[in-house]
Amino acid sequence: MRFSVLVEVRLRPGIADPQGATIERALPALGFSGVDGVRVGKAVRFVIDAADEASARAEAQDMAERLLANPVIEEAEVTVSADAKAGAAS
Amino acid sequence: MSTRIGVVVFPGSNCEHDVVRAVQLVGGADAELVFHDRRDLSGLDAVVLPGGFAHGDYLRPGALARFSPVMESVAKFAAEGGPVVGICNGFQVLTEAGLLPGALQKNAGLRFLCTVVPVTVVSDRSVLTARLTPGRHLSLPINHFEGNYTCDAGTLEMLRSEGRIVLRYADNPNGSVDDIAGVCNAAGNVVGLMPHPERACDVLLGNTDGAGLIGSLVASATSGTRALSRSS
Repeated sequence: MRFSVLVEVRLRPGIADPQGATIERALPALGFSGVDGVRVGKAVRFVIDAADEASARAEAQDMAERLLANPVIEEAEVTVSADAKAGAAS
Repeated sequence: MSTRIGVVVFPGSNCEHDVVRAVQLVGGADAELVFHDRRDLSGLDAVVLPGGFAHGDYLRPGALARFSPVMESVAKFAAEGGPVVGICNGFQVLTEAGLLPGALQKNAGLRFLCTVVPVTVVSDRSVLTARLTPGRHLSLPINHFEGNYTCDAGTLEMLRSEGRIVLRYADNPNGSVDDIAGVCNAAGNVVGLMPHPERACDVLLGNTDGAGLIGSLVASATSGTRALSRSS
């Protein structure tokens, strides 16, 4: 089966985020007030062949730990769903 | 037999020839380029990971380079006490590979910095600073976007108490925690730093402050690092 995977990589709480801070400072200049706690991360999407959802998730989790995120400063959240375009793509 | 220093070349490295020239000029060492797919490091007395943009810095600087075949051999070389120095992008590769603690984030202020900054030698218990006196001020070039050294409070305390902060910025340019410009491993044979000492080794370039660092590395490589590791 094919599954769509979204790996969201974000900085661990407490790790300074220079990009987030810069965006937060820029927003009031555009008239957006009251914005707080801006954090910038990465979203990695892919489609994977796996026997079932659990193994797709395990595989993605492993990728996140070994490559997609740097565990020293980042954490990753994996979301797995049935591939909407299954069969259509290839 | 003269001292032989390997300079690793990843796809996207761009300071390897500067390092080769510096170790020849300052230390009279032989130097050779070591391509990223090579596994055999026999015959080398030290390894340098130079600056640049290995694998385009895609994903994160060093994230892809750390899986190069050569890195397994570099880890083994380091574990055996061989001197390993990562400069700039090479420092980022060493942290990603887990050979040095912490990580290098985007500079505070989000500016790419290309300038000369004052740094202070903090410890002489590393292969890169063995011949320098702690407290010595150096003026060194920096050239990076991701040089903002980050680690958790426990790691920082460990680095401080074990004397593993090797260099500090006198005027922090990038937001690094505790003004850290360079750190080493527990044995002092693996060192990473953001400044480029290899670009400050020739009178013709108007700055020879890097020569003490490159000279220390060559001397450490020549004598073997075991002679250097003295108790703190």
